[in-house]
Amino acid sequence: MLSYAFRRVLSAIPIALIAVTVCFFILRLAPGGPFDGERALPPNVLANLRAHYNLDQPLINQYFIYVWRLLHGDLGPSMVVEGFSVSRLIAIGFPFTLTLALTAFVIATAIGVLAGMFAAVNQNKWPDYVLVLLVMVGVIIPNFLMAALLQLWFGVYLGWFPAGGWVTGSWMHLVLPVTVLAWPHAGRISRLMRGSMIEVLGSNYVRTARAKGLGERLVMARHAIKPALIPVVSYLGPGLSYLLTGSLAVEQVFGLPGIGKYFVTAALNRDYGIVLGTTILYMFIILALNLIVDLVYAWLDPKVRYR
Amino acid sequence: MPGITGKDQVLSTYADKLSALDAPKGRSLTQDALRRLTRNKAAVVSIGVLVLIVLVAFIGPYFVPWGYSQVDWSNIRKPPNFEALHYLGTDQNGRDMLARVLQGTQMSLIVAAVATLVSVFIGVIYGAVAGYFGGRVDAIMMRIVDVMYALPYILFVIILVVMFGRNPVLLFVGIGAIEWLTMARIVRGQTLTLKEREFVEAARASGAKPFTIIMRHIVPNLTGPVVIYATLTIPEIIIAESFLSYLGLGVQEPQTSLGTLISAGAPVAEVMPWLLLAPAAVLVTMLFCLTYVGDGLRDALDPKDR
Repeated sequence: MLSYAFRRVLSAIPIALIAVTVCFFILRLAPGGPFDGERALPPNVLANLRAHYNLDQPLINQYFIYVWRLLHGDLGPSMVVEGFSVSRLIAIGFPFTLTLALTAFVIATAIGVLAGMFAAVNQNKWPDYVLVLLVMVGVIIPNFLMAALLQLWFGVYLGWFPAGGWVTGSWMHLVLPVTVLAWPHAGRISRLMRGSMIEVLGSNYVRTARAKGLGERLVMARHAIKPALIPVVSYLGPGLSYLLTGSLAVEQVFGLPGIGKYFVTAALNRDYGIVLGTTILYMFIILALNLIVDLVYAWLDPKVRYR
Repeated sequence: MPGITGKDQVLSTYADKLSALDAPKGRSLTQDALRRLTRNKAAVVSIGVLVLIVLVAFIGPYFVPWGYSQVDWSNIRKPPNFEALHYLGTDQNGRDMLARVLQGTQMSLIVAAVATLVSVFIGVIYGAVAGYFGGRVDAIMMRIVDVMYALPYILFVIILVVMFGRNPVLLFVGIGAIEWLTMARIVRGQTLTLKEREFVEAARASGAKPFTIIMRHIVPNLTGPVVIYATLTIPEIIIAESFLSYLGLGVQEPQTSLGTLISAGAPVAEVMPWLLLAPAAVLVTMLFCLTYVGDGLRDALDPKDR
């Protein structure tokens, strides 16, 4: 197990390096730069600026400078937001994004598992159909549209929750964004849970448990839930990374102060530092989550290790 | 009936008899699949609705009295009304919403079609090559796919679109170039099993070159999973396009897409809900239908999965 974990960690390193390289060169090879303002800057100012950010050096040198800094945990300065380093902007925005995504993640996973179990027990009865419909709605409607519709209905017509913004910082502001994020996630999880639960409930050992006179509740608690959870566990990693990227859009729609706000503006302004920094941060999170999933899988199913 | 003589009649009844006596006709896999698909009511209804949407989106504009960028100065910000022939109302600039929704639907459909073709093309070739050659080639090619998976893809499209300008063609290609990853994985998996089959061995034994084998013998056998996955890709692409347009990175004025319309409608939905609800309704209907068709196709073409 330990050597498998070690191998997986090692193999993640080149992937991360290649991805950093691809992002770096795509950004740099595109036309336009961070200092293309409305008015052209005086040439000497421009030259100084470019020298300050090392933009006057050959691309390949810039790349090595960037990677060297990255290895020291420094994502470089922002080229448009004056006096802020990328790490600092991320430190300001990312905790909020993470809070939003994790809240949605916990709520959605809990609801999804319970709903999936409930639907499996009531298979092909009306609670099951209602659930399938709810799942469809959540999975199909894109999150920005869902956000707009919920804003209109609960924020404006009913006035239950604030429709957007983060002025007072009250948790009421989080209700609608978390709902938008959590709905599709809960939907996918309940779908997985329903499927695997139906399978488990039809299996021999559950029949044995029932045959020896165990009550339905005990059968569920002792024998059915754990094996039914395996596909759900394997979805949690990708699910969380979906939530983290989805959160960018949701923040944009609800005007919340997460990292999504910076990213889109930065991309429009050719702020290489922020765009690269955010992309790399996300990439590392996704790689780490995939790694964790693989390791959990190997722990659950020893056959995986020897492939 | 004039012209048919008694002899003809005798002959044709004899022919009928012969064909009736013939061995029971086999059903091809495609026929089987079609039968299963037509029995799935949700899928059939969805196909009907989709055909209707496509027809209306492309033919409808000729019957709407307003152009999609035409300004009606006497009717600005008007809710749907029939006297002024604005069946879905007008926007803040006095443009007819029905005309704009039709144009937006057209644009979203075109993006979806082109991007899906791009992703199918890249994905099938890439996956088939990786799967067929196997070994080191496979390992390297699939590692590249892993790397691209690790990139947060919507960020990647945003970067592409921002960096290379807001060219609609690039939008199509960019979205398609991202969506091929899953297709490549599916195709590779299928190819791995296909290449062990006897007909591939036979082709190899008779001296066919690897690329001939891939194009002639492997790719045609991938049709089922590719069709299924392509149908399921279309809604994802429509969502990606509308999301980019929502951020203001997609289709540019005066042209429009469903995403652009929704993003324009969302901030003013409080006072002019028709600007949000009309494009939203079309988008949601399309996405629902595509999903039902995709699920129906999967059940029809791949009965193992049920």
